[in-house]
Amino acid sequence: MPFKIEARREMSRRLLFASPLLALVLTVLTGFVLFAAMGHDPVAALYHFGIAPLLSLYGLSELMVKAAPLILIGVGLAVGFRANVWNIGAEGQLTLGAVAAGGVGLMFWGEEGFWVLPLMCGAAVAAGMAYAAIPAFLKTRFEVNEILTSLMLTYVGTLFLSALVYGPLKDPAGFNFPQSRMFTDSALLPIVLEGTRLHAGTVVVILVAAAAWVLMSFTIVGFQIRVLGQAPAAARYAGFHRKRLIWLCLLLSGGLAGLAGAFEVAGPIGQLIPVITPGYGFTAIIVAFLGRLHPLGIVLSGLLIALSYIGGENAQVEVGLPQAVTGVFQGLLLFFLLGSDFLVRYRVRMRARPIMRPT
Amino acid sequence: MKSTATRRDFVLGSAAAAGALSLAGRHAFAADPLKVGFVYVGPVGDYGWTHGHDLGRKAMVTHFGDKVKTTFVESVTEGPDAERVIRQLASSGHGLVFATSFGFMNPTLRVAKQFPKVKFEHATGYQTSPNVSVYNARFHEGRVVCGTIAGRVSKSGVAGYIGSFPIPEVVMGINAFALAARKIRPDFKVKVVWANSWYDPGKEADGAKALVDQGVDIMCQHTDSPAPLQVAETRGIHGFGQASDMKPFAPNAQLTAILDVWDGYYIQRAQDIMDGTWKSHSIWWGLEEGMVKMAPYGPAVPEAVAREADAVREAIIAGTRHPFTGPIKDQKGALRVADGETLSEKEIAAMDWYVEGVEA
Amino acid sequence: MNPESAVLVMLTVMSAATPLLFAALGELVTEKAGVLNLGVEGMMLAGAVSGFAVTVTSGSATLGILCAALGGAAMALAFGVLTLTLAANQVATGLALTIFGVGLSALAGSGFVGMPVMPLPKLAVPGLSDIPVFGPLVFGHDALVYLALLATGGIGWFLAHTRAGLILRAVGESHESAHAIGYSVIRVRYLAVLFGGTMSGLGGAFMSLSYTPMWAEEMTAGRGWIALALVVFASWRPGRVLLGAYLFGGVTILQLHAQGVGGLGIPSQVLSMLPYLATIAVLTIIAAGPWRGRLDAPACLGQAFRPPK
Repeated sequence: MPFKIEARREMSRRLLFASPLLALVLTVLTGFVLFAAMGHDPVAALYHFGIAPLLSLYGLSELMVKAAPLILIGVGLAVGFRANVWNIGAEGQLTLGAVAAGGVGLMFWGEEGFWVLPLMCGAAVAAGMAYAAIPAFLKTRFEVNEILTSLMLTYVGTLFLSALVYGPLKDPAGFNFPQSRMFTDSALLPIVLEGTRLHAGTVVVILVAAAAWVLMSFTIVGFQIRVLGQAPAAARYAGFHRKRLIWLCLLLSGGLAGLAGAFEVAGPIGQLIPVITPGYGFTAIIVAFLGRLHPLGIVLSGLLIALSYIGGENAQVEVGLPQAVTGVFQGLLLFFLLGSDFLVRYRVRMRARPIMRPT
Repeated sequence: MKSTATRRDFVLGSAAAAGALSLAGRHAFAADPLKVGFVYVGPVGDYGWTHGHDLGRKAMVTHFGDKVKTTFVESVTEGPDAERVIRQLASSGHGLVFATSFGFMNPTLRVAKQFPKVKFEHATGYQTSPNVSVYNARFHEGRVVCGTIAGRVSKSGVAGYIGSFPIPEVVMGINAFALAARKIRPDFKVKVVWANSWYDPGKEADGAKALVDQGVDIMCQHTDSPAPLQVAETRGIHGFGQASDMKPFAPNAQLTAILDVWDGYYIQRAQDIMDGTWKSHSIWWGLEEGMVKMAPYGPAVPEAVAREADAVREAIIAGTRHPFTGPIKDQKGALRVADGETLSEKEIAAMDWYVEGVEA
Repeated sequence: MNPESAVLVMLTVMSAATPLLFAALGELVTEKAGVLNLGVEGMMLAGAVSGFAVTVTSGSATLGILCAALGGAAMALAFGVLTLTLAANQVATGLALTIFGVGLSALAGSGFVGMPVMPLPKLAVPGLSDIPVFGPLVFGHDALVYLALLATGGIGWFLAHTRAGLILRAVGESHESAHAIGYSVIRVRYLAVLFGGTMSGLGGAFMSLSYTPMWAEEMTAGRGWIALALVVFASWRPGRVLLGAYLFGGVTILQLHAQGVGGLGIPSQVLSMLPYLATIAVLTIIAAGPWRGRLDAPACLGQAFRPPK
């Protein structure tokens, strides 16, 4: 090889921000070729994919509505991922949160009271935590791997919701269709921006991200989590309670996923339906890593991923791009973003002329 | 007598008509094309429900030529995403939007309120508004024809039924099938296995195999893939295609298939908009209107049975036979519909009980 | 249940387990080398569509299966370039690979929707296949079912008894030591990742050519995820992957049977939960029991490696 690759001692600050831009440029170039090859106008396709959704206040509000669950779940998962706790069942915890919030909302159907909404959110957090407690218990007590348990429980959770909306929670006036009654006003999140779907939950999401940033960067617990992930042996030596941290990570991520479920049903959905989430729990895993497990990075990556979904729909509507193409494009975007991280952590040097430089 | 019109005949016919129409049209109108949007719950390549609606869309394009411009969005999740997509269609100049899944009901109604000038068509729902129509097909009429054939062809007297989810549409299909089969053979039984999915070929096949192992020799399905029928073919039993003619997948096993034919309705509603005669309505069309059709009978249907099935089909069209005429007993043997009485559309639309002979 | 129907049920279980077995075995080898590839679903779809398209176009199922393996491997190569050469995060890249694979397979397969294909032929040995019970169970499958079973044994032997297997495990347990001894960690991992893709591709081919002989978008319907869970269930041992795949397949079929028998009064959703709950329960019993042994993942699983210096 005429060049060699070496690790940077410290992540390059400059490239930390430049590399995503490089990835975007590469994605745009590839997208240009891809769309043109599929017989679509590449400029129009790219415009409707990446720019048009950002041009109106309504578009931006939709972006935030779509990104909110991704950010909320991603922030929780990232804490666990830092400690090498692999909760990949956020989808199920979200579903259980939605069930709990919906259950409370329906129990107090028609009731007017400011307390209904907080109660729903509290129930959702508790349900998400309780559902994540199963993998936590099995992990700490029997060393059962949480990847398996959390993933399997996701399917169970979805079926549980299905059993409820096809059974006891079915709308009595709904011709036996599988959906609950529409929630009444006290169980719906207030709208922050008139004429849009931007609900109060999105504000909470931003606050949670900020709080997670404080937790991870400025507290002892955050430090312990990071050490557990980077050097488990050192963590043990230092006397950190490994089990306690596993519990903390799973309960935190489960609780936030549950809250995301509450925000979905009390926000844009407004009732219980058989499918609450189009895979937010899984997509949030990408969001977490794309944001480099940093709460503020996750806010940005959540918005970007949300844009790629909304842009995909937009491109289907405006230029007739089939969904398969938008999927390929989305995959490429992610590949470039993940691949370009390389530049942040490594440098490429020409091998032929070793440069002596004091460092 | 095996003269049931196929979807292909219809498409070819309307294509010919379209040629004439669009020629005339180009001279008659100079207006912009009508933009029609479609919201699909699955991918167009599912070869099931969404595929069927997309064929309807294509028929509309063939029929109107450049008088319409269609847009579709695939695999839209029922929920917040659906509302955004429908709004996107409504706000980008589409005059007519078809929302082709039950779960799009509330999103459609919400968007419709904000776009009173745009007309919406919601499939399989129950709520209308001044600019939201509801349309659905009486698939269960086709099930009566299938049940009649099954009652004659089955040796074991037990049919298997792969269900998706126990919504009224599926339940009424199972019941209509069972009642028709029991009319021929009073001891006929229907065993139901729920896939808990509209679309999971592997699981549908597994369910079908489990049913064959339990001795059924007729396979019915209310899921989207041809997998159950493929199992029927390899296991040497018979069955019925769902949504489209699945003969390529089961040349020997398929007795007939219930075809969802949206072409006519889609063309008519676009025409209504062009003529300014579109009105909100709730329609439930069946064999008579051609929204439900039967595929040509397979080789395993004897001539006499084919004639009998045709007679049933014609009787339904003529209104002399109804899928749900009493006496009908439920699973527990209690009389639900008295002799000579017929269930109302409303009662059928909300059906959540099974008739005698159904094991579900 | 009489012996014949028991045999039929067993045959159904075996075919339900085969795609899981392929994908999980491939992922097991990948993970043993220390690489976590969550893109199994995407690679299976790539295999399913390539296998189907080539078989239909060329008329040769053998060629189709070969191309399915290549299709899966090609996807794995993309994953390898990103995670091994560019040291990108494995978890996120794997998920991106699934998104990419779903889209790409739908695009490639759009012309093949609604087309039939001859299912793979069953072995059918004259005389032997007719022996009751034993005959169909042993001789009543197609080539891919046998291949999956052979692969189970072969991979077990390879990992436990060969030098190459030892190196692969060493790379997964401690890439730094393996590198220090002089093995090329990256090369070993590339081979393991490509093998994983090949196996996922074969699992996909089994779906589109034997299990449900057709192509439809997203036809694997989440089996790649189950395969991932099975590797964990198996505690990274090939024999236990077989056990897990048959357990999962078996409970799935049994709950469908229970529905068919009817009269249980249990909502079908609850019955459908059983395969997932059974997997958790059995793994917990294994973990808690006296025979627990090591449940640990390969120590370097999911960690990027760049050769120092």
